[in-house]
Amino acid sequence: MSYRPGQRVRVDAREHQGHHRTPAYLKGKTGTVERVHAAFRNPETRAYGSDGLPEQPLYLVGFAQRDVWPDYPGDPDDRLFVDVFEHWLQEAQ
Amino acid sequence: MSDHDDHDHGHDDHAPVADGDGPPAAARVRALEALLVEKGVIAHEDVREGIDWLVSRTPADGARLVARAWVDPDYRQRLLADGRAAARELGIDPGPAPVLVAVENSERVHHMVVCTLCSCYPRGLLGPPPDWYKSLPYRSRAVSDPRGVLAEFGTTLEDGVELRVLDSTADMRYLVIPRRPEGTEGLAEDELAALVTRDSMIGVAQPSAPAAVGS
Repeated sequence: MSYRPGQRVRVDAREHQGHHRTPAYLKGKTGTVERVHAAFRNPETRAYGSDGLPEQPLYLVGFAQRDVWPDYPGDPDDRLFVDVFEHWLQEAQ
Repeated sequence: MSDHDDHDHGHDDHAPVADGDGPPAAARVRALEALLVEKGVIAHEDVREGIDWLVSRTPADGARLVARAWVDPDYRQRLLADGRAAARELGIDPGPAPVLVAVENSERVHHMVVCTLCSCYPRGLLGPPPDWYKSLPYRSRAVSDPRGVLAEFGTTLEDGVELRVLDSTADMRYLVIPRRPEGTEGLAEDELAALVTRDSMIGVAQPSAPAAVGS
């Protein structure tokens, strides 16, 4: 578990061919670790018949809606929480 | 089937009943199932049992957890800490998803759940998801314009309430514990459970209001 609750993280903006569970709308966005869930088998290899090991830590990451959608029509305090695997995160300043 | 014999059109006795052409996805699923059975990976019985399990679950299961949490603060804490264990405590099989996270609405925070990538949903507690939950418009707009989506469900949040949208992209399943409606102080637990709608546990609506006294 490389990250802890409260830490700022950025979702990697890389392209990935094939199955992955990082939504396109989040790539390159910065948020805050809300919870450290646990480690789970990696869906990117599991989807193709592998055992999905090694397991990847999974985090619940919170984003300010206005950081994700520049034209977000709701309230400034609204937030979006998404489960993101560790290998899609990097430390943000 | 003897009353079937007077049709003009001929059809194979072994053909599926009233299937028509069906959508391409259904044909693909049938082909996949046939292949998996042929290769011995699964049996037809496994598929049938899976479907039976899924359709045996209804939002009434989730509603029992919510109503118990409303009346029992200790249970509420256990539900927030470990949703699967809290479901089993009431004799409810929480299903195969590894982790069930219950999130609680309050005077300050409202939660709403979506799966933008597919249709992840706490099926063990709510049954099969409604069609709109799986639709592209809900899946895209629930994250980009959630208050607009709520308005279409007739749900308006009070001023100052923070809206938190949960996109369940991985192994977590999220269940919303809605706010207990006002005027329900005298109700028994099963009467409270009847107020807890499926949509209120997805977070797109509030629970039903109690029936007016004397009505």
